[in-house]
Amino acid sequence: MSWTHTLLVVAAAFFAVFLQAAFPVTRWALGAQVDLLPPLIVYTALSGGLFPVSLAAVWGGLFFDALSANPLGTTILPLLAAGILVHAFRDLILRTQVFAQVVIGTAAGFFVPLGSLFILFHSGQQPMFGWGTLWQLVVMGAGGGALTPLVFRFFEWINRHFTHAPLAVTSFRSDREIRRGRI
Amino acid sequence: MFKQSHYIALGLAVLLTTIVLNLPERATARLKLGIGSLFVPLFGLAGSAQQVAAKAEELALTRKQLLKQNHTLKLENQELHLQIARAETFERENTRLRQMVGWQQQKPWKVRLANVVLREPANWWRTVHIDLGVRDGLSNNLPVLTPEGFLIGRTASVSLTRSQVVLLGDPNCRVSARIENEARDTGVIGAAGPLDGEMVEMRYLSRNAILKPGQEVVTSGLGGVFPKNLPIGKVVDAHQVDYGFQTLARVRLGANLNALEEVWVVMNP
Repeated sequence: MSWTHTLLVVAAAFFAVFLQAAFPVTRWALGAQVDLLPPLIVYTALSGGLFPVSLAAVWGGLFFDALSANPLGTTILPLLAAGILVHAFRDLILRTQVFAQVVIGTAAGFFVPLGSLFILFHSGQQPMFGWGTLWQLVVMGAGGGALTPLVFRFFEWINRHFTHAPLAVTSFRSDREIRRGRI
Repeated sequence: MFKQSHYIALGLAVLLTTIVLNLPERATARLKLGIGSLFVPLFGLAGSAQQVAAKAEELALTRKQLLKQNHTLKLENQELHLQIARAETFERENTRLRQMVGWQQQKPWKVRLANVVLREPANWWRTVHIDLGVRDGLSNNLPVLTPEGFLIGRTASVSLTRSQVVLLGDPNCRVSARIENEARDTGVIGAAGPLDGEMVEMRYLSRNAILKPGQEVVTSGLGGVFPKNLPIGKVVDAHQVDYGFQTLARVRLGANLNALEEVWVVMNP
């Protein structure tokens, strides 16, 4: 992953947090706001190295906590843990398959908020928690699963439009050229 | 499976998180406001989007609907004029009686209108951001009301140009409240369930409290943050908890917290 691509991921995390806070559509409709950061982390972990994953997790977490009532730093660790875990198994994951993206996105969307809640309870905070939280986690998991392929498509589109197209491989092979002699 | 670099990255992130989580409260608040201020240029965008949505709604209305709405508003305006005239009479009478008895004069409220620009991105807190800050004279713990006068919360984390409002039902917003019944029972409005945005729980009510659905709940004035008699909502039901030692009432809020667009901040509660 190039530097510009890494910066693009951080910028995407910034806008993702803003969109979440400015347009809480799923909260009105389903009672829970879908988190856009886990799909972004899944994309980064499957497309780049550990450095972009760490950068996206740290900045994404800080942006999220700055607009939230979470103590600053709460969201960093769950995002990073998800990113490192996905990155560690990336060779075993068929990252171009939509099904794989949906499954990993669902898992990340479910476990990242769960990790944040775990940290909050262990740091002495008392967030709203009850049976309704289970429904919220289900919505966030489903949302993460639905959004992950879209994040992949979005970055593919960006790459297609803003990077040089790879040279097309021709079917010509010099070793297979039939050299004709003088008749 | 895991390389050494994975452990190093994880270790660094854990270290960073631990450091940030354990920073002094003041330093964390400053850092949070600093990072949050990066979003300030986008606040206008959110406001514009809301205005576009409102304009689109206006355009969709027919002339007939507009005339009907106009007629209703005229009637409401006349009614409100009458109510203001009556309220002014009562205010004068109240001031005169206070002078006669020797009670302290009540200060008139100084309020400022604010726009809700962002909402809480996490599902386990209940907060919103408004477009007023220190520059506009705001400070922490000022009561925030809806245009209809219902209490919705208090200010917290005030930066130069924006503030966070902790809403009723959030675990960090507790309000001493009173029920408008004969015994004038008092309790504390506390956290609510994560899904129900319209309900809050009122705890620490006397076990002998006689509560009926529909009774009004207002602020009691105890605690010093919220002035007395601000309307909060109505009792829905009540039951005894903690082995019958206290009563817990469910209160339906008068304000719809999901539809907040403009709010009043009381500058001198």
